[in-house]
Amino acid sequence: MQRFVVLTLNGLTEGSIYAAMALALVMIWRATQVVNFAQGAMAMFTTYLALFALERGASYWLAFAIALACGLLLGAVVERVLVRPVESAPPLNVVILTLGILLVLEALAPMLFGGQIRSFPAAFSIVGLRLGSLQIPLSPFDLFILASVLIMMGLLLLLFQRTDLGLRMRASAFNPEVSRLLGIRVSRMLTLGWALAALVGALAGLLIAPSLLLYPTYMDQVLVFGFTGAILGGLDSPPGAVIGGLAMGFSLSYVGGYLGSDLETVGALVILIAVLMVRPRGLFTLRAQREV
Amino acid sequence: MAIRLTRWPSLRTPTLARHLVLALGAGVLLFLISSQIGAYDDYNLAEVAIFAIAAAGLNLLTGVNGQLSLGHGALMAIGAYTTSLLLRGRDLPLPLLLLASVASASLIGCLFGVAAARLRGPYLAGATLALAVGLPQIATRYSQVFGGEEGLTVAPPAVPAWLGADFPPERWLAWIAIVAALVTFVLLANLVHSSVGRSFRGVRDHEAAAALAGIDVARTQIQAFVVSAACAGLAGSLFAYWAGVTNPAGFSLALSLQLVTAIVIGGLGTLSGAVWGSIVLVFVPSLTSGMASSLNLPTSVANNLPLAIYGAVLVVAMLVAPYGIDGGLHRLVALGRARWAGASSNHKGVVDWDDPAGG
Repeated sequence: MQRFVVLTLNGLTEGSIYAAMALALVMIWRATQVVNFAQGAMAMFTTYLALFALERGASYWLAFAIALACGLLLGAVVERVLVRPVESAPPLNVVILTLGILLVLEALAPMLFGGQIRSFPAAFSIVGLRLGSLQIPLSPFDLFILASVLIMMGLLLLLFQRTDLGLRMRASAFNPEVSRLLGIRVSRMLTLGWALAALVGALAGLLIAPSLLLYPTYMDQVLVFGFTGAILGGLDSPPGAVIGGLAMGFSLSYVGGYLGSDLETVGALVILIAVLMVRPRGLFTLRAQREV
Repeated sequence: MAIRLTRWPSLRTPTLARHLVLALGAGVLLFLISSQIGAYDDYNLAEVAIFAIAAAGLNLLTGVNGQLSLGHGALMAIGAYTTSLLLRGRDLPLPLLLLASVASASLIGCLFGVAAARLRGPYLAGATLALAVGLPQIATRYSQVFGGEEGLTVAPPAVPAWLGADFPPERWLAWIAIVAALVTFVLLANLVHSSVGRSFRGVRDHEAAAALAGIDVARTQIQAFVVSAACAGLAGSLFAYWAGVTNPAGFSLALSLQLVTAIVIGGLGTLSGAVWGSIVLVFVPSLTSGMASSLNLPTSVANNLPLAIYGAVLVVAMLVAPYGIDGGLHRLVALGRARWAGASSNHKGVVDWDDPAGG
């Protein structure tokens, strides 16, 4: 029973990070119909920038803010400079382009910051909280992870559901042509969508860095699990991405805990295939699309 | 175009004879090249041939049939492990091992193809990505059978005695890989030009229309997956010989992604595209790592420069040559031809990708 609680809480914190990654991927997919394989590498790069700032004497929170701001900027630049020109090319080309960006960033990071594995500080203690005499496997930093992912999701929800800008972004994603006719600057909305997604990714990178340690490819597995979560939930559904990401966190934690950690990704594969066999477009895609 | 067709009837039909003649010509040429170059270049040549087999199979699936697979490295791993496991403590003839690897990869490919036939676009990409990440872990988990992280060693194929004692084994491997690649290419070229190939393309271009025309869409997609997996299995088996060891690290996600980049860089949907892509895949990193080590850079830069350049090549290629090397070449040829014929107004080098020769 105690093991189950440990694994559940562990799955919850890891799942919330996968959920953030999945959400970032879904935001970009909805805006531009691109699966951004460079999402993890971009987050890796911004986390290195945070570490760079920390080593120059910046406080944790300043470094945190710098990483998020750089994420925003990096997302906008990548969309505007690299992705925009290949929009009309065959869809696979954008996939290759994002893979190219991934490789460049993963090669650039060790050139600029050194290739050795680095530790990244956590904002709060990573020792489990105490309830009376009982130590529970949930640290203040875990709570911080959950809270920041929740706050970020709440803000995004507010943006997309309650503001004019969010409405315009949703309209551009839903039907670019009509939105353009209605006077929306669709291309700006797409750039903004990429920027926001990169911000969400940067947050995920900062939050998982203390437990995974920092090295150029540390976000690869987060990207794979986040993508799997997004596929699980359905690429068209932001709530689906969050639920899919959490589901990935729980299932990886249970498979790793009960069957052995070297079966984690095999377990993820089996779950993914099983779900996709029943729901080929993910769990939460509402309209069954018909292609004629 | 009709004029050319009547002028060269013997070269355009029948298909099989034309492909055999082409393959024979290429074989002789490669045989001559391979005999002239050093052992290290033969080793690279073998690598190109191996990647070309896998990339050609993937190009059939992705370029011709429209199903994206990010998991072909895992299918190569199945071929490689089949060969390595069968070779353990035994000495079996090479063709038998190649066939066994093709068979096992086809079987897994069929199973996965059944699942993949229900999936489209990014969902298929996600499922195959999970295959690429998940499958190598099985080798780590059951290390008594698969040798764990260290993997299984594979002895290079023995050079036959009649070639002489000092014949480099790299050259012998290159010959085997080239013959395997040419056989694969002839078979694939015939398949693409047959009714099966036409239904592959029909399903890619318009599923509903293909179904209305009486094509069983799911079955066609599974067929494409099996053929493609068979190629990956063959390539994997040769890869085991080439690398000398079969371990999970050799079949990482990077390998699967490299194959996809190869076909897009080379040109989607054509066999020559697979060859171009494999050449880029093998020679760009080896050229750049040679360059980086000669530039006297700090190690952290020199070690990562080849990767950075490869990534930059991908990005730039997608920006300037969206249809790959093959597409770019055809465009150049078409432009040249249009200029030569004086018909510059209507022919802007637009090429029909399914039939770039314009037949």
